[in-house]
Amino acid sequence: MIRVQAESFDPGAELSGFVRSCGSGTGGIASFTGLVRDDGAPRLVALTLDHYPGMTERQLAKIEAEARARWPLTATLIIHRHGRMLPGEPIVLVAAASPHRRAALEACAFLIDWLKTKAPFWKLEETEAGAEWVAAKASDDAAAARWQGHLPGADRDSR
Amino acid sequence: MKLLYFAWLRSRIGVAEERVEAPDTVRTVGDLLAWLPTRGPAYAQALADPSVIRVAVNHDYAGPDRTLNAGDEVALFPPVTGG
Repeated sequence: MIRVQAESFDPGAELSGFVRSCGSGTGGIASFTGLVRDDGAPRLVALTLDHYPGMTERQLAKIEAEARARWPLTATLIIHRHGRMLPGEPIVLVAAASPHRRAALEACAFLIDWLKTKAPFWKLEETEAGAEWVAAKASDDAAAARWQGHLPGADRDSR
Repeated sequence: MKLLYFAWLRSRIGVAEERVEAPDTVRTVGDLLAWLPTRGPAYAQALADPSVIRVAVNHDYAGPDRTLNAGDEVALFPPVTGG
């Protein structure tokens, strides 16, 4: 399931619902929750996520389909917020359910790594010193690149 | 075609979206990225470094060789920073 929303969400409640819905063939679930982080210098007031409605849903669906092609998953969950949010609030929740733990753990890492480099979201940090767009990190590209050719299902993006 | 801009590209160019009639010589994404800076100083400044510009055509990432059609929705944006 994929949800893109402005409203905040309760990661624990979402995960509970996911556990109940993912079917009796599931043996393990791995999840990742991303929060608005305040590095403290300068102090973060708020984070605003810009996104590209339409392309966001399309790219998330492709990322989810890619995970399901690579691992034997019984269910997946992606919730990603947009708009303005405060330090400590959840931004993203991804979860992968599989008969066995290895596939669940790997698929969960893959989902968040690919999402960070392919889903069209942009972070605007509002700090005490002013507002600034966050620059993409080379480490995020490297994290996504390690999944290239990892298992059957090559990267089909022309990016 | 319809052009959309996101994040700092939108603030630097000054509009979120616009319709443009590109000259006949603009056939590909690469042609578009070469032509847009000629439309004014804001475009020239925003698009000065092609290494930080990503392009999507009709909601899919597109490389410089992608052919463009009159009805396409073309989005220009910096590398993504979600998650």
